[in-house]
Amino acid sequence: MPTKNVLTVSELNKYIKDLISGDLILSGIWVKGEISNFKSHYSGHFYFTIKDEKSVLKCVMFRSHAASVMFEPEDGMKVLIRGYISVFERDGQYQLYAEEIQPDGVGALYVAFEKLKQKLSTEGLFDETRKRKLPYLPGSIGVITSSTGAVVRDIINILSRRFYNVNIKVYPVQVQGEAAAGQIAGAVRRLNELDNVDVIIVARGGGSLEELWAFNEEVVARSIYESRIPVISAVGHETDFTISDFVADVRASTPSAAAELVMPERSVVENRLDSLKMRLRNAILKKTVMERLILKRLGESVAFRQPYNKIYQERMLLDVQKRYLQKALTVLSGQYRNRLSLLAARLDSLSPLNSLARGYGIIRTEKDDTLVKSVHSVNIGDSLRVYITDGTLSCRVEDINEKPHGNASGGAGDPGEVDKGEGVQIEIEYTAGYPEGDKKNG
Amino acid sequence: MGEKGASFEQSIAELEEIVKKLEKGELTLEDSINCFQRGVELTKFCNKKLDEAERSITMLIEGENGIVEKEMPALGQ
Repeated sequence: MPTKNVLTVSELNKYIKDLISGDLILSGIWVKGEISNFKSHYSGHFYFTIKDEKSVLKCVMFRSHAASVMFEPEDGMKVLIRGYISVFERDGQYQLYAEEIQPDGVGALYVAFEKLKQKLSTEGLFDETRKRKLPYLPGSIGVITSSTGAVVRDIINILSRRFYNVNIKVYPVQVQGEAAAGQIAGAVRRLNELDNVDVIIVARGGGSLEELWAFNEEVVARSIYESRIPVISAVGHETDFTISDFVADVRASTPSAAAELVMPERSVVENRLDSLKMRLRNAILKKTVMERLILKRLGESVAFRQPYNKIYQERMLLDVQKRYLQKALTVLSGQYRNRLSLLAARLDSLSPLNSLARGYGIIRTEKDDTLVKSVHSVNIGDSLRVYITDGTLSCRVEDINEKPHGNASGGAGDPGEVDKGEGVQIEIEYTAGYPEGDKKNG
Repeated sequence: MGEKGASFEQSIAELEEIVKKLEKGELTLEDSINCFQRGVELTKFCNKKLDEAERSITMLIEGENGIVEKEMPALGQ
């Protein structure tokens, strides 16, 4: 039973740890492998293993180092790890104490960039719908950038040139290095608290991906996202894209471009105002001229100028109707007149005057002026008056000879008809109207 | 502060609207005159806004008692 050289477990583990820790190679190595069993502990430490086809190696990365990892390691990811080998005495287990992790293959920063971009995009930080419009004429412009160097100078120069009485507030920050991201994010928040600018430009000149890295940090992205004041991101050159570019309301390709798009040229604004002023004046002038013209035209309109026009028109219509009526009457009266003249001609042919002219006479009694048509109506000795064409004869009946019967109506037939009641009436009317009608017709 | 830019913008936008409306010539004479008067007010306001700001370039420095606004030091070329 050996009593000497017996070690406790702790002693042995301690011994092995010292051995390994003393090894120059193991105190600073790069190991390549694939991550598995990755756990990000709430304390901030990473616990995981890396493996290849045959073997596994336990790894730990303490918070102090884990915090500077720019991407989120995950199972299956091929990585390069820098660190040292030491022994965890309690478990008797050697492990790799990682100090730096890089994705194997592509550049670490690029991967980190893509990872964060993907993550924030999923969260909606880049949504176009939440991008705000920049104020047209910002009263005051906040510039977050380094207080020295060309960028701030360029921005101030360009803004001054565009709009002389510009108001710029520069919030100086470091734009690279470890403190940069925190300072930039802090400045964005601070300007929001102060609320004394209308727009913020976050700017940095060109540089390597590492130098621009602060603008790819999540903390900067979030501060821009949360800013109530619109933010323009102007980092690096035209070809450089940073996370802050994606989150910002507007991305300017360069700091100078930011200065040009944040403030209009004063002359342009003045021209716009002048042109509006002119258009305003012209429009009202045109309107009044138009109204005056309309008024004038109204005043000169037929209704005002010839108020009786309508009446005249109606009267004309009436006249036309009257003329029609007259014409109709004329036609009608013409018809009557024709008929009348026909009747008159007929009457004329029946007139006893004609008969008288031909040598006939009309005999009436002297006593009561009755027509003598029969020998029986007179007696011998009666005075008779004989009407002939150019006068009357007073005669006395000396003898009466009655014609034998049968021939009685022969000679006296025609004048006898004239004596009928109707005929006499016509004669009266006829003598009243005939001569005039005769003249007209003639 | 936040109102200034916006209100210039709103004013010039309103002015533009008014001018367009007036140019259409469809308003009554009375409305046209009202619009015109409003337009004149807006132009005056915008002109005032353009000139009212004084050129100021400052630097914001965090001090112990909050922020301090200092004039921007002359910038080298």
